[in-house]
This record gives sequence, structure tokens and C-alpha cells, in this order.
Amino acid sequence: MNTKLDRRSFLKVGGAAAGGLLVGFYLPGKGELAAQSTGSIKNLNAFVHIGTDDLVTFVIHKPENGQGTTTSLAQLLAEELEVDWNKIRWEYAPIAQVYASGGLQGTVGSQAVRTTYNPLRQAGAVAREMLKQAAAQQWGIDKAQCRAENSTIVNTVTNARLSYGSLADAASQLTPPVANTIQLKPASEFKVVGKPTKRLDTPAKIAGKAEFALDVRRPGMLHAVVARCPVTGGSVASFDATAAKGVTGVKHVVQIPEGVAVVADNTWSAMEGRKALVVQWNEGENAALNTEAIRDILTKATATPGNVATKRGEGEAALATSAKLIEAIYEAPYLAHAPMEPFTCVADVKTNSCEVWVGSQLPSVANGNAIQASGLQANQINLHTLYMGGGFGMRGGGAYVTEAVGISKALGIPIKVTYTREDDLQTDRFRPASYVRFKAGMDAAGKLMTWTARASCSSFSAQGMRNGVDREGVAGIDDTLYSIPNIQVEYREPGIKIPTNYWRSVGHSQNTFFTESFIDEVAIAAGKDPVEFRRELLANQPRLLGALNLAAEKAGWDKPLPAGRARGVAAVNCFGSFNAQIAEISIVQGKVRVHRVVSAVDCGIAVNPAGVEQQMQSAIVYGLSAALRGNITFERGRVQQTNFHQYEPLRMDEMPVIETYIVPSTNNPGGMGEVGTPAIAPAVGNAIFKATGKRVRRMPFSLETFV
Amino acid sequence: MATINFNVNGQRQSVDAPPQMPLLWVLRDTLGLTGTKFGCGMGLCGACTVHIDGQAQRSCSTQISAVSGKTITTIEGLSPNGTHRVQQAWLEVDVPQCGYCQPGQIMSAAALLSKTPNPTDTEIDSAMRGNICRCGTYQSIRAAIHRAAQGGRR
Repeated sequence: MNTKLDRRSFLKVGGAAAGGLLVGFYLPGKGELAAQSTGSIKNLNAFVHIGTDDLVTFVIHKPENGQGTTTSLAQLLAEELEVDWNKIRWEYAPIAQVYASGGLQGTVGSQAVRTTYNPLRQAGAVAREMLKQAAAQQWGIDKAQCRAENSTIVNTVTNARLSYGSLADAASQLTPPVANTIQLKPASEFKVVGKPTKRLDTPAKIAGKAEFALDVRRPGMLHAVVARCPVTGGSVASFDATAAKGVTGVKHVVQIPEGVAVVADNTWSAMEGRKALVVQWNEGENAALNTEAIRDILTKATATPGNVATKRGEGEAALATSAKLIEAIYEAPYLAHAPMEPFTCVADVKTNSCEVWVGSQLPSVANGNAIQASGLQANQINLHTLYMGGGFGMRGGGAYVTEAVGISKALGIPIKVTYTREDDLQTDRFRPASYVRFKAGMDAAGKLMTWTARASCSSFSAQGMRNGVDREGVAGIDDTLYSIPNIQVEYREPGIKIPTNYWRSVGHSQNTFFTESFIDEVAIAAGKDPVEFRRELLANQPRLLGALNLAAEKAGWDKPLPAGRARGVAAVNCFGSFNAQIAEISIVQGKVRVHRVVSAVDCGIAVNPAGVEQQMQSAIVYGLSAALRGNITFERGRVQQTNFHQYEPLRMDEMPVIETYIVPSTNNPGGMGEVGTPAIAPAVGNAIFKATGKRVRRMPFSLETFV
Repeated sequence: MATINFNVNGQRQSVDAPPQMPLLWVLRDTLGLTGTKFGCGMGLCGACTVHIDGQAQRSCSTQISAVSGKTITTIEGLSPNGTHRVQQAWLEVDVPQCGYCQPGQIMSAAALLSKTPNPTDTEIDSAMRGNICRCGTYQSIRAAIHRAAQGGRR
């Protein structure tokens, strides 16, 4: 009998599943499951484990950074399994191929739900069929005479019942059925999916018991902070640790590739030690770079034609035949991610092993960092995925992991590396600054005929480059759903050496502000109502049109507002979902005050409608913080913002009322983590124009004064 | 180094620490009470909020020498099992997303309600504006505070 051997390997039973996700096995070895359960644990597949005590454990392979994946993935698994929701537990997946898609294990691109919608329901169905088979064998009846219901298998002949726990042992010995041969329920029969569902992580999070990497404590662990070159891209020339070592609590000062680590018996002593550390830096190629110089580079990069990202119809040439031509330049700044939990990682490197505790959107990347920094083999790494105190694109892995592993390896003791907020803001990999020159041509009737743009921003990632065009650099500009006969969009990589990274909604985070503000300019120039103008351009795009119409209806777009209030609209298609927002603002003492945001979203089937509402609010607040005052600037290569007083997120007293409306849909789920971020800036900007007559073409809006 | 005596969550504590060491790091690194979070170190974000003699205070900006003889309550001591009415309201409204700032949010809200049993939105804004949430849970927090206030009248 080789069942155990089979469970150690990854048994492919559903290779045709979407996203390359397989239903397979893994053997838990960490004792975490056993700690939650009083009985022994039986693996029915990589995602569903059933305890002999009836507790069902779901393995969650899309880490939780607040976006609700734990709960929505559990819903998908529960739907076909017919499990009692009160008997479920969950744990994070270990690093294994079965949990990866596209070579990565983790959560990026608002893909957690939309890529698992079928595979996880299949995984639940496979487990259910195995339980039915085990029951059928015990009763000596055909499996077709068994039904799954509320964590039991029912004998439809005798009405006898067997609990999942009592069948777990026998079921785990069976060969799983092929996943895609099992008929999944139609949406009309869903009991869990589509129902507002309370988050599984809330009880721990209200009690201070949710464990983040910052909270990990290991026997003998010391605390490290790292002095890194204040100029991005620089390195250590020399350092003098004498004064640092004299600080109470400081135990070690050690150079690592990323800088100089000060290691102490508590975090504060490490910070104090770092203040006393004297380091001479090689500041490198960014030593003279400042924000005005960057703006100059972007201006020049768009002054001449770039690489063509998209050309439709006659492209730019069609501008010559326009009855009316409109031009505008739009700009956006660098932005930091600034999650509430600064980057933190704990590592314990020994001769033949490396244990890592980390919050990571991409555990497989963090695992790779640990392999590289420890010099050990993949099977010697034991990575514990913890809750993330926010990520927003940045918490994928990288320096915070390699630093912890590197210091632990150098000193031979468990190490926690903590970033201060200053470290976080100044060593982030930023959402790039961007500069776009638009031209639009209309015919005599005011119809938008031609749309051209020249964009320049540092590439978000090398992987995004195709034929000299960063796809994220033009996302939201060249993929517009508006019906425009002639389009030409160009892009040029500006060659700025400031590190960049994905930032919630990526290219759409700036480009939707640009396009949805510029389309508003075109509508005004055409003498048309901004909603009506968009409706005409979306006549063949029912999903975005549906979201726009719902937002307009719920916001009362056609109804008058009190004096001093104004509305603006924006609409966007991104991450497989469709969103329209209408913002209601006033100008108070020269500043923008957002009172109400009505947001309508078509995200296909809303797996957890309560989660959709949470994500919409979250994404809008994130985008609004950036729109109103998010701005990272550089002087002599140094980030000028040090803490939240200079990079200040939206606060409670600035919070608008956000109303979220979900367009009913039978389409497969779209993404939700990011879709709400892009539209808020242009919706507010367009409202500012309505209120003041001043067109805002640059973010953040705090750079302007309004009357 | 100085020896500081104080009370945390009903237990007497005696800690040897540099007098200027922030309470936050004594709680987290010395006493192992990790529910209180580090967000900024400058009293700008509220993630480190605890109660000192019943008042909501930023533990990252409170030197340990300043709490000598005082009574501290952290999220771990607010209730035995998440049963404080503010925590219950947070559970009912399902407030947290990433959850990192929520211990501080809950401590600020609990202090507000102990002084102002039925706060207006303006009073909530004023008491809570020092607590940043990057996930943008403010609307849910406001709803949960109102819910806890109503529960308090029962």
C-alpha cells in the first residue's frame, strides 16, 4: 500500500483546471493542524482536510492582506463540499507547486478569487465525492444513492447519516475522481457563494491575537534595524560602529549587502544604536536626482514620438481632419505603499536549515529570497506565512526577507528585522511618476473621433515590457472601452533609476485619472453632459455602461445639489471588473472636501458581497489619499517624506460616505482588490472642475489651491 | 537603566529599562504583549494606542519612566476573550481588513465611549482622527462605535 507515498507526491487529478491549479495532496508536517483539532487529520486533497473529530480545515493559498481571501476562498471550497460553516478551520498553504499559478504562489493582480472560482469549487466537489464513496462502501450501496448535506453523508434509501469525521479515514484511502468530470452546481443553487459572509479572520483581529511577522518571538531572538543608503541605489563605503556598540542593549553591528545592521535585545535599542552608527555612503548614480529633474526627463521623453503601444484606425494622422482639437498634459507623482505594518521578517538560519516567518503576498518569492540569502536548498527552507498588515503591491518579498536571513546567517541566531516608518517610506519601490500628453479630435457634431497619447513613466517591472512598451504604463489609456475610431498611444521608458513596483491598481492608478479627466474635458468641449457623453461612447459596452447607469441613478446625477456642492463622474474597466463612481464634493477654505461617493461595480458573481463592499471602500480610500495629497518627492536622491506627517493617508474626519452598489451578474467573478482605486481621483477632479471651473491635471490635488 | 513599577492588564510589572525607552517596546519586546502595534514611532498613526489610567495614549511616544506607578490596559487586557462591547461591535460590523491598526482603533474607541457614551459623528471624528487605517475601514469603525454606544445603553 503506497497511499502515504502518494500523499507525499503531488497527485495530479485535475490538470485542466483554470489557471493551471491542480487538485493534489500535500502532507502537513508543522503540527499546526493538529493543534487545532482533537482528532487525526485526513487529507482529501491539497485544499480540504477533514479531521476525525469532524473539523474541516481549508488550506488557503492566497495570503490575507486584508482583501478577504481567507473568507472568499473558504466560501468557494465550502460550496460544493456541503460543509457546516461552523465546523471549518483554515490555515495558510505551505510552499508547494500545487498552490502556484504562472510559477508564482501568492496573491497579485486582484486574481485570488477569479482564478480559483472553478478550481476550488472542484476541490470541494472532489472531497465530497470521496466522502460519498466512503459512505457508499460502508453501507454497501451505490454512491448515487448518497447525498452530502451539512457535514454529513445521507443514505437516501434509509435516511441514515454518517458524519464527515467518521468517514475521513476511509475517504482518504480512495483514489480521487477526476475533478473536471464532476458537475458543479449552477449559481442559482449556491448556498454559500454570493451570500454576505462574515470574515473568518475577524475574531483574532479584534483581540490582538492575529499574528503578524512583527509579533513573532523566538527563543534567543534579537532585534535588528538596518542602516541603508539614504540615496536609492547607493551602498556602504565604510562605517564606524564604536558609538553604536556603546548604546545600551546593542549586541552586534554587522555589514550585510543591503547596508549595516544594528542588532540589539529590543527593537528600540537597535533603533537608538542605528542613530549612533556612523556610515560613509557611496551615494551612486542618483546622488544629484531631484523631482524637478525627473519632471524634466518625463517632459522630454514625451516631446517626440515614442514606441507605439496601440494604433487603431488611422491613428494620429486622423487628428488632421478634426473639426475641433483638444490637447492637455497630465501628471502624477511617485507614491509609496505605506502599509500600516512596516516591513518585518523573522529568520532563524542554522547550518542545514532556514526558518522564516513573514507576511508576503508572494510566499514563493519570499521563499526564493530565503534560498538565495541563506545559500541553502529549497527543501531546507521552512517558510511560515503570516497575516500581512497591508501590502498594496509591495509586500511580495525582497530586501526585508534577505536582510533577516542574511543577518541571522551571519550571527547564527534568530533575528527579527523591523523597518521603521522612515525606512518604509524612504526605501520603498515606488509607483512611478508619470507624464502624458493627450490630443483628441472631434467631428463637427462633437463626436470623439481620434484619441492619442504619449506616455512616459518608469516601467513598473521588466516583465511588463513588450516591444519597448510597458503595458502597465499605458493600461487605462490604450485599452479604453470607449468607442473611438482612431487611437494612437505611445510610450517611452524614461531611464530614471528609481526603483518602482506595483501599487494598488498599478498603471490604472495614474492612467485612469488622466483618461477619465481628459474625456471629461472632451465632453465639456463637445457641450455634452459628462455621463451622457460616456453613455454614447459605451453603447456597445453593456457591462461598463450598466455600472455607469447604476451609479448615475443611485447618485441622482440628474438631481440638483445644495449650493456649493458639485458632482464628478469616472468609469473604468480593469482587473476583469467594471466600475463607475460619482463623487460629491465642496471646496472648504481652498481645499477639497469629499462628502459622498457612489460606486457601482460589475464584478461578475460577487462571491462575498460584504467583501466586495469592504474592498470598494478600501480601494476608494487608498485612491483618495493619493489623489488629495499623496506625493513622494526627491532631493539629492533622497526621499523628502519621512513619516505620516509628510505622507499622510486619509483620516477619519475626511472620510466620505461611500455607497457601494453591485450590478447583478451571472458572469464569472472579476477582481475586486484594486478595481475601486482608479476612478476616485478623476471623479473628484471632475467634480472640482464642476465646482470651480478649474481643470486639475496634476496629482496630488494639494498642489493646487481652489476658490 | 531604571527599575519601573507599573500595572499592566491587572498584573504588577517591574521592568529594568532605559528611562526614555518607549512603553510600546517594553510592552512588545520585554513583556511579550504584541497586540499593541508599531506604525510610526511618532504618535502620528495610533496603532500603538493603549490606556494609561483610563486615557487613550500613544505608547510609542510615552517614555517608560512616565508610567511609573500607573495602570496600563492593552488590547489583551481590554476583555478576557474579545467580549468588550467595542470588540463585540467590531465583530458584528466585521470591521477589520488587514487588521493591523485595529487594536489601536479599538483602544481609542473604548476610551471615547467610556467618556462619551453616545458620541456624535463629529465627536467620533475628533477622537478617532489620530488612528490611521490604510485599508480604509473608517466607515465601518464609525458604524461599530455607534453600535457599541447603543449596546451600552441596554
